[in-house]
Amino acid sequence: MSFLKVENLGIRFGGVVAVDNVSFEVRRGEVFTIIGPNGAGKTTIFNLLGLIYAPSSGRMLFEGRDLTGFSPHRIAAIGIARTFQNIELFEHASVLQNLLIGRHRHRSTSLWQELTFTPAVRRAEIAHREAVEKVIDFLDLAKVRDTLVAGLPYGVRKVVELGRALATEPRLLLLDEPSSGLNPEETDDMAFWIEDIQKHLGITVLMVEHDMNLVSRVSDRVLALNLGAAIAEGTPAEVQAHPKVIEAYLGSPVHRR
Amino acid sequence: MRFLFKTGYEQDVRLFKHAGQAFWYGVLAVVLLAAPAWAGDYVMTQLHFICIYSIVGFGLMMLVGFTGQVSLGHAAFLAVGAYTEALMHNAGVPFVVSISCAALFSGLVGVIVGLPALRLKGIYLAIATLAFNVIVEEIAARWHSLTGGNEGMTVKPVRMLGYDLSGDWQFYYLCLILTVLSALACVNLLRSPTGRAFVAIRDSEISASCMGVNLAKCKTMSFAISAALTGIAGGLYGHKIAFISPEQFTLFQSIELITIVILGGIGFLHGAVLGAAFVIVLPQLISITKGWLPEGVAPTGLQAIVFGLLLILFIIFEPLGLYGRWLKIRTWFELFPFYRRGMFRRQKTYMKSERVR
Repeated sequence: MSFLKVENLGIRFGGVVAVDNVSFEVRRGEVFTIIGPNGAGKTTIFNLLGLIYAPSSGRMLFEGRDLTGFSPHRIAAIGIARTFQNIELFEHASVLQNLLIGRHRHRSTSLWQELTFTPAVRRAEIAHREAVEKVIDFLDLAKVRDTLVAGLPYGVRKVVELGRALATEPRLLLLDEPSSGLNPEETDDMAFWIEDIQKHLGITVLMVEHDMNLVSRVSDRVLALNLGAAIAEGTPAEVQAHPKVIEAYLGSPVHRR
Repeated sequence: MRFLFKTGYEQDVRLFKHAGQAFWYGVLAVVLLAAPAWAGDYVMTQLHFICIYSIVGFGLMMLVGFTGQVSLGHAAFLAVGAYTEALMHNAGVPFVVSISCAALFSGLVGVIVGLPALRLKGIYLAIATLAFNVIVEEIAARWHSLTGGNEGMTVKPVRMLGYDLSGDWQFYYLCLILTVLSALACVNLLRSPTGRAFVAIRDSEISASCMGVNLAKCKTMSFAISAALTGIAGGLYGHKIAFISPEQFTLFQSIELITIVILGGIGFLHGAVLGAAFVIVLPQLISITKGWLPEGVAPTGLQAIVFGLLLILFIIFEPLGLYGRWLKIRTWFELFPFYRRGMFRRQKTYMKSERVR
């Protein structure tokens, strides 16, 4: 049984075919990257996997379970967490509170227990904080722990969002352009973290990324998309050298007569 | 300025964050418990109403302030609570049972109103709740056999376990206890997963849902809790006035209720109490001006104008409300002389344009 298997996935918005018959497979424990020029359908695939859109055709199997038809909030419960290209954090809450939301899928208390704040709720809250503190340590967020997200610089927010996804203790992490808007130094840090997430936390990563340095540094395998269709798949070097990929990015060579 | 050095996670979860906070709440408790000794009849009545409106304020704050769902129909929940309590209490049901039923039934109606909220947002939700308010008002007016129609119905004084609780100080303690319990329930909820999920929905539905928050369930739950609290307040309100009729639960009442949270400060539970006190005291302040008003202008007519004006002024100049103002004053003293004007200005959110809806 494969870890994540996408079969003939397709979605159309009216007459626009955003994703056309794309199939790929992500193996447990690897970093799998989707690349492609603007409008290739990368984020759409993410939104399909995140169950924000319903696919027009095809299937997505996560550990043998078909995801199509799931309601979006159940995605976290089965162990998939994601980040967004344009950060979607809870702006008016502190970093700690943001990460604690990540613990939502691990809650075990009922509404009535919470209204009276029974010892069970207190114990669970303390346990959640311990778990979140591990993520804070891992991503070096301790100095901003109690700062409101609204006041944080972009690069830090990006890390907070990564932390929130990690706080859910996922088995598959979807990163939508983890390096967009980051400076070279921050991108470097991000690469370290992605490597650490894969090697030390044992989380499988599926990401969409433009920065080819980052891609070739962390990815095990790469899938290239163009205009909604898969054009190449393989190691970063193979895909980068693939004629169709070069054509998609740079255009086809002009033939002199 | 106080710096909290946290040495354990328990500190993060506890009710009072530091000894000073516990001390001041203790002082407040003593002052409030001793109110029958220091307050006259008039002030006692005001305190009754402040308690009742505070409970509504808590309910609305959970919904509007923390879950980010607008409601312009909370007078309807007040009506549901008031009529349920009045009918059951008049029929001889013990107070503890009847007020619980008022809360439950009102909460149930809240669930029904919450269902369209799953599809509606912002102004559309406001219109839907507004329509709901009109419907409930109309039902109360037309269902003559049950509610007494537009002539209204009298509500018997509160009795519990054979004791008459309708006296000034007895009723005050009853209101105070229910207010404190409501506040505790809200505080408890906000420091547990469900409360955090509410705030998550307010700030970004899409990522809340990706983190495993069931939007439908949480929004309905928020509506139910808000309505249940308002129902309890409605029950007390009926007992206080001793007479209820549909015209007490009109749209204007709903707007007055939403004023509580906006003036008090959206997103702060303290704001609910401050707002309630303000909304109760304001008409009295207006009536003081009676002597200076020109001939033919009644203070009651002035009330709507002043309410509307204050609402607008607060939204423009002090979106954080009375509690926000208090926070600023406190910070000014704490940081003196280093307070900066921009400290509470919320930064514009970066890149909101491409959000997935």
